[in-house]
Amino acid sequence: MDPERKKVLERVAVSTFPDEVLERVLVQLKSHKDRSSVSLVCHSWYDAERFSRTHVFIANCYSVTPEIVSRRFPNIRSVSLKGKPRFSDFNLVPPKWGADIRSWLVMFAAKYPFLEELRLKRMTVTDESLEFLALSCPNFKGLSLLSCDGFSTDGLAAIATHCKNLTELDIQENDLNDKSGSWLSCFPENFSSLEVLNFANLSNDVNFEALERLVSRCKSLKVLKVNRNITLEQLPRLLIHAPLLTELGTGSFLQEHPACQYSELENAFNKCMNLNTLSGLSEVTALSLPALYPTCANLTFLNLSCAALQSGELAKLLVHCPCLRRLWVLDTVEDKGLEAVGSNCPLLEELRVFPTDPFDEDTFHGVTESGFIAVSYGCRRLSYVLYFCRQMTNAAVETIVQNCPDFTHFRLCIMNPWQPDYQTNEPMDKAFCAVVKTCTRLQRLAVSGLLTDLTFEYIGKYAKNLETLSVAFAGSSDWGMQCVLGGCPKLRKLEIRDCPFGNAALLSGLDKYESMRSLWMSGCKVTMNGCRLLAKEMPRLNVEVIKVDGSNESQADKVYVYRSVAGPRRDAPPFVLTL
Amino acid sequence: MEKSVNYGDHDDLNLEATELRLGLPGISSSSDIGYEKQSSSASTVVVVRNNKRASPEGIMTQESSTKSNSSVSDARNVGPDSHHQPLAKAQVVGWPPIRSFRRNSFQQKKTDQGDGAGMYVKVSMDGAPYLRKVDLKVYKSYPELLTALENMFKFTIGEYSEREGYNGSEYAPTYEDKDGDWMLVGDVPWDMFIFSCKRLRIMKGSEARGLGCL
Repeated sequence: MDPERKKVLERVAVSTFPDEVLERVLVQLKSHKDRSSVSLVCHSWYDAERFSRTHVFIANCYSVTPEIVSRRFPNIRSVSLKGKPRFSDFNLVPPKWGADIRSWLVMFAAKYPFLEELRLKRMTVTDESLEFLALSCPNFKGLSLLSCDGFSTDGLAAIATHCKNLTELDIQENDLNDKSGSWLSCFPENFSSLEVLNFANLSNDVNFEALERLVSRCKSLKVLKVNRNITLEQLPRLLIHAPLLTELGTGSFLQEHPACQYSELENAFNKCMNLNTLSGLSEVTALSLPALYPTCANLTFLNLSCAALQSGELAKLLVHCPCLRRLWVLDTVEDKGLEAVGSNCPLLEELRVFPTDPFDEDTFHGVTESGFIAVSYGCRRLSYVLYFCRQMTNAAVETIVQNCPDFTHFRLCIMNPWQPDYQTNEPMDKAFCAVVKTCTRLQRLAVSGLLTDLTFEYIGKYAKNLETLSVAFAGSSDWGMQCVLGGCPKLRKLEIRDCPFGNAALLSGLDKYESMRSLWMSGCKVTMNGCRLLAKEMPRLNVEVIKVDGSNESQADKVYVYRSVAGPRRDAPPFVLTL
Repeated sequence: MEKSVNYGDHDDLNLEATELRLGLPGISSSSDIGYEKQSSSASTVVVVRNNKRASPEGIMTQESSTKSNSSVSDARNVGPDSHHQPLAKAQVVGWPPIRSFRRNSFQQKKTDQGDGAGMYVKVSMDGAPYLRKVDLKVYKSYPELLTALENMFKFTIGEYSEREGYNGSEYAPTYEDKDGDWMLVGDVPWDMFIFSCKRLRIMKGSEARGLGCL
């Protein structure tokens, strides 16, 4: 913009809109996308926005430095950080790759001593870091760790010991060293502020009496998710102390003594009439399930992904859950179970079906295309699906998206790589073509099965709102990836493994990568020279190659490309080459 | 973590091992349990040929991935041709894409509950302070199992008859089956029993006699 014109506009903006008013308005803005837009309007809006921002979300911890963040946003109370590329969840990123929270904590201690919340995903966190955090930020209230690694229960003990105002401790799906359950006993006896406690994925026993006392002291407890060592007999003793619970994750739901504590359990559940989310239920049986029926009327999210239910058991349960919007199940429920979903849950928006025996091809259990079709007929509002299966047809997917055109997230995993339509033996191109053509709101797509470049031509052409694309064992040539990079105007994350895409494909995206958060390519045909060329042409991208032991010198085994204002990583381990 | 062995040089390829055949596995001259590590540029594919699976259409092998580093013109070389079957028993790193905590929890469940190949089930006895566990696979028949239970809990079970259940004692052995129902031990053939039994309970007193009178 012309500088003179800019000055004029700024003067106009300032004189017609006093700063105090602007700040009052901006404080209401929560969405980081809105705040980004606001900050681009003019200098005074940029300043007003940055002073009023209290929460910052950093989607790639290497895209920016702690210094830059603290300089721009002086008043932050809450930070969300994501670290490693998503494929690290599936062991595709070697250990000690990076994303250590340490350097951020040092900055927080200096610049954000009043920090209240920290949410981390795929970061490396050590026990020392947790203790440092607890001691540096006396007002610390909420810690959420998802898919992180590097710490043990000692770190949790430090948090419990030192954070006097803790309201949230959410430890989900991390690769932690679970030494013992004694961390829970570190909460002081007068500590009572907890509102969220999730230790469902920890495996050691906690002291039950300590837990019982903790729950009874914390009168505002809304979310409680215990691990599977908490028995069905112990559960009522917790529930009676927490009538305000909205989310419950049970421990083991196995009845040791038939008909014994059933009534106590039923009474406890009867008191919990505010529950909208239920999970856990490991080892649940047909005998213990009915205890849940009274609470199910208001359930909106039921997570049965740790409960190996059969189809009949699920059907009986779902009759009581008419308000369900989100359902996660294991494929033990089979197609019949999914038919029951279609019949009983008209409001369903999200379905995830996880595999029980993902590596065992001999078992013919699980779900097929019929189950998915049945759900699509009954649940027309379906917008999010994650579906693991062993067989699928193009016709099935075409029917499904016809029934449910509002998909925003479509993640289909046909578990055998390169598997064609099992009825026609054709590639699954038609299926995904139907998805992108029909579901105009599609934001996230994961493809699988035997796919040619045609699928990617369609994706590039029709997926106008697509932001995240995951591709594995698919495509025929560079052309496929070129189509995606040439289309998909809103693409932000592209992750590819084991596809025949090479340098030509990689380099066709030069214009695109700066508007994307990141690109991951592993097991493809990209070479070091191709990556060097990319790095040379696009100096503001970080082009990193992870070298795998024993591989060819010229091959770029795993490539991770992302935009960054922080420059190349200074903490890269020896196997990460920054080009 | 993952191991990656690169067969970039064609001379190193054991071409016979990757040859497509129309015979039963195990007949060929290659090793009985063919265990080959081959790699595309980064991910490791471990192909284990399983003798148990007689596949008339032929064995799918991972020949395509070994070629993936070489020819660029053969664009479809990653992936099977139409007459190949999908990978037989291949395990690819990080595939299917499920997080490790989920994978681990199922391996644990399988060892806990058993799946027909050596299975420990819990045994509870009314009035006993704690439960025990027995491995059903160790026993070949009902009498063997019942004798073991009698020894374990120091009691006697009566004589089984289809008509009257267990007569002659105040105990009756029952089990919970896959549908969650409590059944009397002994009604179904032994092999069917061990597959459907999830846990055992030795009922005592009037409850037990009630079953006997059915």
